[in-house]
Formats: sequence, structure tokens, C-alpha cells
Amino acid sequence: MRYLPLTEADRAQMLALTGAKSIDDLFVDVPKGALLKDLVDLPKAQGEIEVHRHLQRLAEKNTPAGRTAFFLGAGAYRHHVPASVDHLIQRSEFLTAYTPYQPEIAQGTLQALYEFQSQVAQLLNVEVANASMYDGSTACAEAAMMAARVTKRKKIVFSGGVHPHYVDTARTACEALGLEIIALPAAVDDEAAVIKALGADVAAVIVQSPNVFGTVTDLTQIGEAARGAGALMVATFTECLAFGLIEPGGAYGADIVCGEGQSIGNALNFGGPYVGLFGVKEKLVRQMPGRVAGETLDADGKRGFVLTLSTREQHIRREKATSNICTNSGLCQLAWTIHMTLLGQKGLTQLAQLNHEKAIALADALGAVKGVKVLTTRFFNELAIELPAPAQGVVDALAEKGVIGGVAMSRLNPRAGMDNVLITCATEMNTDDDIAAYVKALKAVLK
Amino acid sequence: MSFETTSGNRGLLQAEPLIFETGSAETTGVDLPAPKGESKLGALARKAPLDLPGLSEPETMRHFVRLSQKNYAIDLGLFPLGSCTMKHNPRLNERAARFEGFADLHPLQPASTIQGALALMDELAHWLCTLTGMPAVALSPKAGAHGEFAGMLAIKAALEAKGEGHRKRVLVPSSAHGTNPATAAAAGFTVDEIPARDDGRVHLDDVKAKLGPDVAAIMITNPNTCGLFEPEIKNIADAIHAAGAYFYCDGANYNAIVGKVRPGDLGVDAMHINLHKTFSTPHGGGGPGAGPTVLSEALAPFAPVPHIVLRGDQRELVEHAEGTQAFGRMCAFHGQMGMFTRALTYMLSHGSDGLRQVAEDAVLNANYLLARLKPHFSAPFGASPCMHEVLLDDSSIKPKGVETIDMAKALLDEGYHPFTTYFPLVVHGAMLIEPTETEPKRELDRFADVMIALAERVNAGDVQFFKMAPTLTPMRRLDDTRAARQPKLRWRRGDNQAPAQAAE
Repeated sequence: MRYLPLTEADRAQMLALTGAKSIDDLFVDVPKGALLKDLVDLPKAQGEIEVHRHLQRLAEKNTPAGRTAFFLGAGAYRHHVPASVDHLIQRSEFLTAYTPYQPEIAQGTLQALYEFQSQVAQLLNVEVANASMYDGSTACAEAAMMAARVTKRKKIVFSGGVHPHYVDTARTACEALGLEIIALPAAVDDEAAVIKALGADVAAVIVQSPNVFGTVTDLTQIGEAARGAGALMVATFTECLAFGLIEPGGAYGADIVCGEGQSIGNALNFGGPYVGLFGVKEKLVRQMPGRVAGETLDADGKRGFVLTLSTREQHIRREKATSNICTNSGLCQLAWTIHMTLLGQKGLTQLAQLNHEKAIALADALGAVKGVKVLTTRFFNELAIELPAPAQGVVDALAEKGVIGGVAMSRLNPRAGMDNVLITCATEMNTDDDIAAYVKALKAVLK
Repeated sequence: MSFETTSGNRGLLQAEPLIFETGSAETTGVDLPAPKGESKLGALARKAPLDLPGLSEPETMRHFVRLSQKNYAIDLGLFPLGSCTMKHNPRLNERAARFEGFADLHPLQPASTIQGALALMDELAHWLCTLTGMPAVALSPKAGAHGEFAGMLAIKAALEAKGEGHRKRVLVPSSAHGTNPATAAAAGFTVDEIPARDDGRVHLDDVKAKLGPDVAAIMITNPNTCGLFEPEIKNIADAIHAAGAYFYCDGANYNAIVGKVRPGDLGVDAMHINLHKTFSTPHGGGGPGAGPTVLSEALAPFAPVPHIVLRGDQRELVEHAEGTQAFGRMCAFHGQMGMFTRALTYMLSHGSDGLRQVAEDAVLNANYLLARLKPHFSAPFGASPCMHEVLLDDSSIKPKGVETIDMAKALLDEGYHPFTTYFPLVVHGAMLIEPTETEPKRELDRFADVMIALAERVNAGDVQFFKMAPTLTPMRRLDDTRAARQPKLRWRRGDNQAPAQAAE
């Protein structure tokens, strides 16, 4: 087997030194009967040619986004990732390194983490960012739990604009801790509804901008109301590229700003791996979950970086840790940092502007289709439209015509009472021809 | 011998500033079409400064390649980090994960366009269930600790379904990974620690003494963190079940037994599998991982959504817990698809025969190192064979002034990533060595020769050598205390932009 270097002669020689007579003598503590005599019932080893063919055939049973006119977002976005990003993250020294627990031989990973944290803090306009979470949804769940720790309160209020899967993920994690989740009814444009739900028992209000319907909201008043009630404001997001153009949560005084970073540096990958971004106010840093890199000096007085503030973490604090998280999103975080370095402020702003303009063109084109109403008035690159028929059926019919038109709100939240609402998105990847194809197909489907 | 260069470079090793010290807001490494300048955002437009530095593509390449050269990696040499299973990462896996049909696929595409992806997930599930002898698997957990969380939530849901939600106590041996007690706490349980015994094993009597009507589960790592298979594991599982509780197994060390022992035969109710350990998906400097969790018959109904169901010859996703017994949802989408692709590629490559050989070679490599090192170091459990990890401690060198940390730092100068230090906590000054099956004999011999030479250096009384180490690495020992006491967690404009100076 090509991945196993020991020869039969090696094995015999090595076994002799251990004093064991057979390999099974080394499994001496396994209870009798539990040591398998036969191979498990699975196919035997295959060469690279056969395995490649097998995987290729599975891949060919899918319709990749790029082979369609593609307008789907809702938590994962199709953007161009420069070729150099994927090359760099496949360098052995990044790809096959471990968590930088030995900083003297991990400065590459550690400096890149420090740069990532700095870039995230700048983008989200927060004081401190961590070294990444699994994804946006788990970052949001961690924010909810963190807010409960900070305020010692038990109720978390979600706006009706937060991605339903984020609410479900947080509900699963929070209810296990005895926290209560209040999820306000789905609303295209009513993040401020959380203000009415504030009370002495509310730990946090969680709002999203742009929200799942694409609506961009000024969060100033929500932040003030939360502060007045002793609650935290958590601003979450699914499209981090938006902050190249719109005001981020940190600028509205959010205590925690967290969400999905996939748009920068990372392919769609059918939902993962992605990279969760997590930023907080400085005073909250010791309640923050996840790893964090910090600057220090080595024995010669040279600047270097280490993982720090680990007294928050599970390997030190065990059941008293701020989170059980151990692994972060290393390579996805590195891809994010490399792509963001290529973009810089100039490229990021330009890319964000292109997205916004494509979405304006999409909104204008779809809004002109008979029976279609654009619901989102202030959007970045994503918007909700109301159709004259259930959206799920329209999505499926569009797919038959080579158009992935978006996602039905009823798929994300069947109880929203929004069966005719479709969430659609445009990025720099869409051409004018794509938009024309969408309009043509939609007209045919709605006929 | 050592001297400062004018450039700050040292031969092939280039000094590299932060991107914030070299890039500028006006520079970019991408060429995009010129926007028209339309906006519907009005007052919502960004006013907060971005101040993000950009670099051209050649500068970006150099920056990150230079950084990469300051990292140790499996592809450079033996990475014997116990508990982490740093094995070779086959590049066929990387290629497969990048096939357009997987990488350019959105998680919310209509079912008719993702049949291959769902088939791949089902095939991976079949391999994981068959290997572990378990009936079901939840694929969505995103890493080991997330898989533990899924398993413990399934246990909680099963208890509540039986009207036994009052069971709140979870037994955790003191040798456990920190994630175990942290996960139990995150799932709303209280942690009751089973103290360690001198032989590094969990004893049935100690478990029985802790049992009671309020016990929800036990969390045991098997093979355990001392590198030993728990000999009483089946009896412990029986006792736990007889008491109405469940058995969570931490599968971090599954590499030692894959294809040789099925956890399902040992009475396990839930176990996460780190695809980034046993099934070779790259560690990537800290992630991403993947932590699918296999579940017993008793827990399977409570698996989190999404579920894949077969309707006719088409696969569909069930994405909402309503109308099912699912305990909820672990994350926004379907889990770490990119890792599923890599892990399945690895499994198909090895096959049932190759995977069994993986466990045998991993265990043989560890026992070979144990045999070579035992005469020169203290091996607290070295009287009997180990599994895939060798546990040494510093009791034989500490009286001479050299501790585990010093041995680790001396290994850095020898060009190795050290073993895991000071874990498990139950052994003082632990050095946990996991060579994995992908090391050839000559690499093991070279590593053993180095370790033995270091032991001889300790015996010769050269303590200063160890205390000064490392001296040949890109950085010398770093000041952790300074980092924690005066946290500087990001670059800020206006901060001392030149590299920080040592305090006088």
C-alpha cells in the first residue's frame, strides 16, 4: 500500500525487538472476542487510478454552480478566489502543520493568525478578533452563550432577519445550557423589533445586517436600547464582503460581531469547511471562545507570536472553559487572510461595489417580470422577491432550465408563512447574460 | 559562530514584516472590472475606516511563502505529537476535494443537482458505520469537540425521551482530553471525575463506586490518553448500561484500532471520529477538522438534522427537526463536505485490508520506539505493550535538572517537532509520542538515536544545553507570560510599528 512505508522485513525485525511473537500480541488488552479475525466487509485497497475514477464519477453526478446561471446565497456565496490563494494554502508547511503549540517552529502559522485577527478587527470595526471559529452559524451560537456568561442572564432574542439555520444552531447549543431562545417572526425589514423584546432577563439581542432577506439596517438604536437594558448586542452576518461597502456591526457599538467568512478565500464546498469570524469589545476578551494569537518577544528580544490567553480554553480550564472548541478553521482562515491581502482596501471596496451593482441589475430585471415584487429595499448583494406561486416549485422548475435562482424561504423556515418568497443573490461572477437567462426562464416558469 | 546580518535574513530564512508594515490601502493584487459607482445604500454606506493593506500578487506570494518556511510540517519530518495522529496527508485527497463537482457546489442547491454529493456522504457513512460496527452516524459535526457535543446531546435527548432528564452527572476519568469535561459542561451536565490509578487505566470498581440514578453517561477515551487499550472496557460498558446510563467513547485515538476492533462490539453508544486524525485530512495549522459521530441503536433516532433519505432512486435532505426525534442542528449546513471527500478518498485507497494494516503498523511503530527508548527513559506503563502512542515521563531526567519542556525544546534544534508535553495530566512531566504508521523504520531509528543521545547528554550533566534550547530555530523560546499579561492581539495604526523592543 503506497502510504505505508514498512516492509515485511521491517515488520519482522521490529516485532522481534518488542518481544512480541505476533502483531496481535501487541493488542493484548483487547477483550477476547473483540479482536476481529477477518477483515471488515468493505472493498479492498485500490490504486490512485481507480480511486480517482470513483470520486470523479460521484462529482459528475452533481451540477456545479458554474455550469448554471447561478443566483444562490443565503449563507454561502459564489465568489472568485484568485489562483494564488489555493496554491499557497497547499504548501506543505501550511497544509501539514499542526496547531502552533511549539511557537519556535510555527511562526508562519502564528504570524498569519495575527494578521488574520488584525484584518478581521479592521473589517468588522471591533477591538479584538479571535483566530476563527468553525463557521458563521457556530460562531453565532458561541456568541449567544458568551452573552449569557457575561450578563448572567438566560434569554437570547433573535430578530426575524437572522438566518433560520443560525437560529436553529444556537437553539440546539443554548437550550442544552438551560438558556431560552426567543426567535421573533420572520420579517424582511424589522431588525428593530428586538427592542420590544428587551427586559431585565435578556442577555442579548442578536440581529443580522445584511439579514437573510438581504436587508441592510442601521443598528444604532438597537445597540443603544440593548445597552440601556443591560443586554449585549450581537451583530451577525453571512456575507462578510458586505463590509467593504456597508457599515459593520462594530461601528454601531455591537458587543460581539460574528458570522461567516467563506466569501473571502473559500469555495462553496457544499457547505464546509468554512471560517467563522468572531470579534468582541476589548473588555470582553477573557470571555471570548476560541484560540487567539498574540505578540511577544523571544529570548533574544525579537518580536514573535504565540497562542495566548489560553486560561480560557478547555485544555487548561476543562469543564470551566469558555467553550469546548479546540480545532479552529486553520487553512480556511489562512485562505481568507491571503485573499484579503491580495484585495487590500482598494480591491475589497471595488469587489463589494461590483457585487452591489450586480444585485441592483438583478433587482431591476426581476422586478420587471410580471407578478414579481422585490421586497428588499436596502440591499447589498442579496434580496428577497415575492412570486405569484410557491417559491420551492419555481426553484425546482428553474433548475430544469439551467438556472439556480435562489432558495425558497420555506426551505429555510417552513413555518415562516412566506411560501412565495425567494431569496436571491448576485455576485461579481454573474454576467448580464446570466441575468437575461434568469429573467427568460422565470417568465417561462411563471406563465 | 552566531552573528547578526544586515538584512535580518539568515541564509534561506527571510525576515518578514507584517502585511500592515509593507502593504498599503492603495495597492491591490487583483484586477477587477471598473464599477459604475451606483449605490442604493445612502446613509448605510461604510464610514468606519477600513485601512486594510494590499499587496501585489508577487509580494503576496513572497510574504506567505516566507512565512511558510518558518513552520515545521509532516512533509518535513516525523511529527510525533501524541494524541494528534500526524500522519501523511495524501495529495489525491486534495485533488478529489477540488473537483468542480464538489468544490463548486452550494449547500442549498435543489436536490436534483446534488445527487453525487449526497451519494458520497452516504458512502462515507457506510464506511464509518461498517468500520465501527455502529448503525448510524451524524456527519455534520465540524471537529472532534463538536462531535463530542453531538454525542452528548444525543444522550441527553435519549434520556429526556425516557423521562430521565434528571440524570445530570457525567463521569470523566482524570486522564481525559480537556474537551471531554468542557463538552459535558456545555451540554448542561455536571462533571464527576474518576481519579487516576497508578496503572493508567480506568477500573471497573472505580466506575461502579460512582454509579447512581443521577448518572447520565461516562466519557472514556479508548485507547486512552496514556496510550493503553482499556482492558475492562466491555465490563465498564455493561455496568454503565445496567445503571441506565450511556457510554460516550472519545475516538481521538481510533487510529490504533481501525479495522482491528469495532467500538460497537465494546458497548459504545456514541463516538466521534476525527477525520483529520485517523482518516488523514490535513491538520492545516489548526483546522479545519471534521468530527462525524457514530451512534448506537438507542441513540440513532436522535441524530441531528440534516438527515439523508432515499425516495425512489433519489436522495433528499431532511433539514428540519420538526416531525422527527432529532435533537436539533449542529451547524448551518451539512458538515465538512471538503473533509468527507478527502476521508472517503483515503478509505477507498486503503480498503479494508489497508486500514487494518494502518492500525497494526501504527501500533508496531509505537512499540518499536517504546522498546528502543525504554532503557534510556522512564516509561511509566512500559512493562506491557502500548497501542499507537508511547508514554514517557521526565522522572529519570528531572533530578538532573532537565524537564519535559527542555527535552522538547532540544528536539527543536534537532529538527523535530516534539512529542506532546505534559499530557495526559495524570502522569507528571508526560512526554507522549505518536509516530503513526506512515513513518519508515529508518526515520524511527533516527528519532530514537536522537532521543537517546539527548538522554546521554542529560546524564553527562549538560543542563545548560537544554535550558538554552532552542538556538537554531527561527525564534528562540518565546515569552508566554508577557503575551498573556500585556495582550497585544492585533496590529493597530499608531502602535509602535517597528518590531517591539525588549524591555530593558
